[in-house]
Amino acid sequence: MSIALEFRDVDILFARESGRDGKRALQSALGALDAGRTRAEIQKDNGVVVGVAGASLAVTRGHISVLMGLSGSGKSTLLRAANGLNRVTRGNVLLDDGTAIVDVASCDGATLRRLRRGCIAMMFQQFGLLPWRTVRDNVGFGLELRGDPLATRRRIIDEKLELVGLSQWADRHVSELSGGMQQRVGLARAFATDADILLMDEPFSALDPLIRAKLQDELGQLQERVRKTILFVTHDLDEALKLGDQISVLEGGRIVQTGSAEDIVLRSATAYVTEFVQHMNPLTVLTGQMVMTAAGELARRDGELSLDEAGAYRLALDAAGAPQAVRHRDRILGLAIDAGVGPLPPPAGVAVTPLATPLRRLIQLLRQTGHPVLLTQAGAFAGVCGSGEVIRALAGGQGAPRHANAAN
Amino acid sequence: MRSDGRSWRSTMLLAGRPVASLGALVLALSPSTTRASEASAFERWVTRHKIPVGDSVTSLVEYVKHHGRGFFDALSLVVRGSTDAVQSGLMAIPAPLLIVLVTLLAYALRRSLPLCLFVALALMFIINQGYWSATLETLALVLVAAFVSTLIGVPLGIAAAHHPRLYAMLRPLLDLMQTLPTFVYLTPTLVLFGLGVVPGLLSTVIFALPAPIRLTHLGISSVPTSLLEAGEAFGATRLQLLLRIELPSAATTIVAGITQCIMLSLSMVVIAALVGAGGLGVPVVRALNTVQVGMGFEAGLAIVLLAIILDRITRPSDKAGNR
Repeated sequence: MSIALEFRDVDILFARESGRDGKRALQSALGALDAGRTRAEIQKDNGVVVGVAGASLAVTRGHISVLMGLSGSGKSTLLRAANGLNRVTRGNVLLDDGTAIVDVASCDGATLRRLRRGCIAMMFQQFGLLPWRTVRDNVGFGLELRGDPLATRRRIIDEKLELVGLSQWADRHVSELSGGMQQRVGLARAFATDADILLMDEPFSALDPLIRAKLQDELGQLQERVRKTILFVTHDLDEALKLGDQISVLEGGRIVQTGSAEDIVLRSATAYVTEFVQHMNPLTVLTGQMVMTAAGELARRDGELSLDEAGAYRLALDAAGAPQAVRHRDRILGLAIDAGVGPLPPPAGVAVTPLATPLRRLIQLLRQTGHPVLLTQAGAFAGVCGSGEVIRALAGGQGAPRHANAAN
Repeated sequence: MRSDGRSWRSTMLLAGRPVASLGALVLALSPSTTRASEASAFERWVTRHKIPVGDSVTSLVEYVKHHGRGFFDALSLVVRGSTDAVQSGLMAIPAPLLIVLVTLLAYALRRSLPLCLFVALALMFIINQGYWSATLETLALVLVAAFVSTLIGVPLGIAAAHHPRLYAMLRPLLDLMQTLPTFVYLTPTLVLFGLGVVPGLLSTVIFALPAPIRLTHLGISSVPTSLLEAGEAFGATRLQLLLRIELPSAATTIVAGITQCIMLSLSMVVIAALVGAGGLGVPVVRALNTVQVGMGFEAGLAIVLLAIILDRITRPSDKAGNR
């Protein structure tokens, strides 16, 4: 797995003055930062705003990396350093342009322009579309700037408009489109230059919740096909967990935790992250993996796994570790493989579903079958989710091992 | 009815008071200049060494006139030549054809039949009153003045928007150009260029230039940052930012500045006529000198009609503003 974009010890500071005075202020502020002074102190004493301090982050090619935090946490500032919209005061922003690694923080104007025209594209919260142009001309904007011939431009524009489903709107003015459609124009424009890296600065925050969810799904599906390296800024944990292969939480200009969705939810590094996690929507964000009681924690009796504490449910596994049969008291229950949507075909028995199934679906399955749900990974039994696990997850104690609960 | 009468009287009183006080001021001022011997010792002391403001301006203009003769002659030639060319171009078109052309232009730009009807009728009315050639002369003067003002004003406005320090320097100058009474700079231009269309046109440019500068500055500096950043993020050069983002975004405001510039140029017609420029101002000045109410009114009406036509044709439409 190669790294497409990497921030190395990036500090981004903003001086109030420009020119030599500003430079001097920045230098002394960097000194103060190294001496461990806080953001507020530096702002008061040096007149310098610390946007980002000591940020290091590597984004793997083809992954979505999410920067998350409250407003003022520096997430947008860090994102905008990736294409030079914000100047990096100290540190490196390394970008793989396909042939070499370029440091955006120190490259010259011509190099930066070349990167912006073909390697790194961007989407904006307020769309940033040119209102006097048609949809077509907005999508072709980047191509026009780099001087692509008209025929090439037309071909690419048509292709990208089809990708985002706006072909029949091509000759309308952008002001005639709804917000969701405008942002799809923004997406098509970002795709048009065939840049490998995509910067998305809260792209869905200005949209209403239904459209936002729809576009998130669309982005997820598109990503399956195009496999771009995406750096995505959001203040919405649900969005971050839904889209991110890797999530970084920022607080006060510093990255406080970087990890997978499971890491953030189950192993919060600081109280700040925990607080964030408490405000998510568990039904859509939590997956079976996050709420289940893992196979290793279940008690074994006579070669069978006991699925609940009372031992009323017993599970037998085959040689490959796949669930074979469930016994409830003395009755044998059938296994039903979950298709992801709709009710299970009768007779339902015990539902079997993949690890990544969202909590909302697990509750549906539980309600239909009346029995715990078995979670599998590549066919092998991985854990169980019964009503106890669901209640625990909704109460905010997700992932805590069963025996810890029993001890309370 | 009664209250109306009272308010009428009170406005009379209000109107009367400033006139009376102005008269008193004149009375108070005039003896002090004629009977200087009676002035106080302080006043005599202050006036003894008069700062030579007027004298230095006079000698400066004289100096410029002597040493810049070639330059002013050349400038004069270019200005007169271009005005004459535009004017004879307009004159060469038969009146009915010109009316049709202007009406078509109005339709092409505005798509409004009532406006076209108004334009055609207004131009016919001007012919009917016998001011056709004077109107063409004025139109030529206004077009050249507005063209020169735009040519100087728009680039200057753009530069001012990009360099705040330049704008800070330009602002007092623009204020000066707009507040200095026209007659004050009419005199030196008269000295430098002699009677004729040239001093009239230059005074018109001085008067009308601030509008395109200010409005271009306003338009360019209020381009949304998000659009500029979008341009930068996709690798625009500075020239591309200007041509593809700033100018289209500011177009409505810049056009408003040019329209205003045309209107201001038109308002200078009478003053330009005072120093020998032709056009609709000439009959107005003549009417003033010979107290001919009727003629003054006819020519004035022609100016107003021309102003309305130019304004309606060149004004940026509301629909274009939303795009």
